[in-house]
Amino acid sequence: LRLICTTTAVQKKNVGASGPEKYTEAFIKKQIEEFNLGKRHLANMMGEDPETFTQEDIDRAIAYLFPSGLFDKQARPMMKHPTEIFPEQRKIQWGEDGRPFHFLFYTGKQSYYSLMHETYEKLLNVQKHQDQMIAQDLPPQKEKRNLAGSRWLTKIELEEMLLEKLSDDDYSRFIKLLEKLVALPCADTEEDYIRKFSKEVPMQLQKVVVEPLQYDEQGVAFSTGEGKRKTARATAVVYDNGTGKITVNGTDILHYFPVLQDREQLMFPFQFLGRIGKHDMVCTVSGGGRSAQAGAIRLASAKALRSFVTEKEVEFMRQAGLLTVDPRVKERKKPGQEGSRRKFTWKKR
Amino acid sequence: QLEHGRALHTAARDGLSSVSAQDVPAERPRAVFHTSESDPAKHTEQHEGRLYDIPLEEVKAVFPHGLPYRFQQQIQTFNEARVMVRRPALELLAYLKGSNLAHPAVRYVIYGERGTGKTMTLCHVVHYCSRQGWLVLHVPDAHLWVKNCKELLQSSYNKDRLDQPLQASAWLRNFKTSNERFLQEIKTQKKYMWGKRESTEEGRPLGEVVEQGLARVRSASDAVGVVLRELRQQSHRGSFRLLVAVDGVNALWGRTTLRKEDKSPVSPEELTLVHNLRKVVRNDWSGGAIVTTLSQTGSLFKPSSAYTPHELLGKEGFDALDPFVPIPVTNYSPKEFESCYGYYLERKWLQHEKAHTEDGKAELQFLSGSNPRQLDRLAGPL
Repeated sequence: LRLICTTTAVQKKNVGASGPEKYTEAFIKKQIEEFNLGKRHLANMMGEDPETFTQEDIDRAIAYLFPSGLFDKQARPMMKHPTEIFPEQRKIQWGEDGRPFHFLFYTGKQSYYSLMHETYEKLLNVQKHQDQMIAQDLPPQKEKRNLAGSRWLTKIELEEMLLEKLSDDDYSRFIKLLEKLVALPCADTEEDYIRKFSKEVPMQLQKVVVEPLQYDEQGVAFSTGEGKRKTARATAVVYDNGTGKITVNGTDILHYFPVLQDREQLMFPFQFLGRIGKHDMVCTVSGGGRSAQAGAIRLASAKALRSFVTEKEVEFMRQAGLLTVDPRVKERKKPGQEGSRRKFTWKKR
Repeated sequence: QLEHGRALHTAARDGLSSVSAQDVPAERPRAVFHTSESDPAKHTEQHEGRLYDIPLEEVKAVFPHGLPYRFQQQIQTFNEARVMVRRPALELLAYLKGSNLAHPAVRYVIYGERGTGKTMTLCHVVHYCSRQGWLVLHVPDAHLWVKNCKELLQSSYNKDRLDQPLQASAWLRNFKTSNERFLQEIKTQKKYMWGKRESTEEGRPLGEVVEQGLARVRSASDAVGVVLRELRQQSHRGSFRLLVAVDGVNALWGRTTLRKEDKSPVSPEELTLVHNLRKVVRNDWSGGAIVTTLSQTGSLFKPSSAYTPHELLGKEGFDALDPFVPIPVTNYSPKEFESCYGYYLERKWLQHEKAHTEDGKAELQFLSGSNPRQLDRLAGPL
């Protein structure tokens, strides 16, 4: 007869169903203690002062003691504070008797609903305050919040804050509630609460400074510009009061660029501004091929022409794409493929 | 604001289009570009930049083979032949008018970059000379004689040399068309044997030599040699004036692409035609002038940036042609450009709307670099 009874060890538990490992609080605390001890040991080893041993020093020490040639930084040995290593998780929400701590536990999204409740409570408070102010005949002061410089938290940030998954619908409802709160006149009282959910947006338009014109010995105005395209680099000097003559690397453009297309590219900035016969240009270019050099000189001359031209026209040039560096470069060849996109011929057998 | 006016590409024939002779009643401002002077003899600086007309019958008579191909197409399209009067041509004409025919023939070398109008200048001079009654010896392109030759015969006259019957007979035919009346007047001074049975007696008109060459293609190269020799020897007498016009003269001293049957390369001296032409171009005869052009486009084994006489002729050619009067030809001056542009507009060759605007004109000038050939090619598709 075969042995039918089985031991519990043989019965495999379905590991995946229980979800990610839950760390207990005690476990995390122990890890933190170990980390701090280890930090002091490491400081002693390196001969530094244990009290003033920062995270950067730790990283440097580890990189020195355990050098690794792996490309992925995340794969190399690291020693960081446990809060950074162990993902923040929600601790077990119920006690030993199995009864959950939070009253909204069985909704499934307890922190989200509790947040909504709190926010609504604040809203009601503000409305009550407003009624009081009206009852006292004081006009409610409305200070404009700086809406331009701040934004609400994104859904991902909110998820991180609440430590539970949200749906798009939930997120939008929360944001609408916040907006409603902010729209009320006496919302200043709850300013601190609202600030928890908004972020400053650093708005800084990078203003490109247009260089002024320079003058050479004869008093002729000129300006320089640099441009590049693929591997070609070009510098151009555009002179005023000219006849439209262009010299590239010491030779005339008719000889340097026998192809019409290249000459058209050179002509484009001048034609756009309507200044074909008015400027002379002397340029130097190196690298790249025929087309790349033409594109590089075009960019350089457009940049140089900015100094001669009003701001509005500079804006038009920018919109026309004359002032943008062309980001296209040769794509890398991948292993297992013949070129960057072309695959090897597929053989059925 | 975003103008992408690349419309202006006019297919202008080789730049130097002749301006038709219209009387200058200023009904239309464009008539300024034309002059009514049909005779090159009367062209002066005030005609510079203007186009003059050559009647079509004259074109056929004077230029059976000399005009650039694109210009011939333009003549067919516009149904008229207009040549621009330009400074180098005026210079040459002035020299020719003032030259003393008793002295040995002066050599003029027209040189310049590609597509600036050297061949057209030569044609202008040829037209002038034919009007004046000179005998014109016009070799359209000497490069045709040193490359792409299908048949090479060993010369019967001289064992080392090679004949080119096809090219020689073609040239003889054209020579006959252009100089009909002279062929009857000039008489041979020696007896020439064409093989065992045929011969031309002394005192026969030169026309017979030409006929002989055309009839017996095998001896065409020798016939050419005879013609050149006779003309050279008789020009000093003064009964006629001889103009030797050679286009692409640097072919005479370069290399050839021809090979003998044993695959050894042929040098130019071994070709009868080239040998005889070299003798003509030497200035040991008087009573005429030699006008030549350098050409890089047809030249063999020369870099495309070479355009000076020294580079294109090589040491040998330079020594052979030295001393000569160099005549440089450059791109269009602004005035010439304007007149060429005006001509195309007038003949409705520039169809694009933008071509009629000032911007269009500036664009054309920029893109072509005021080079006649480039302008011609640009104006084509427009």
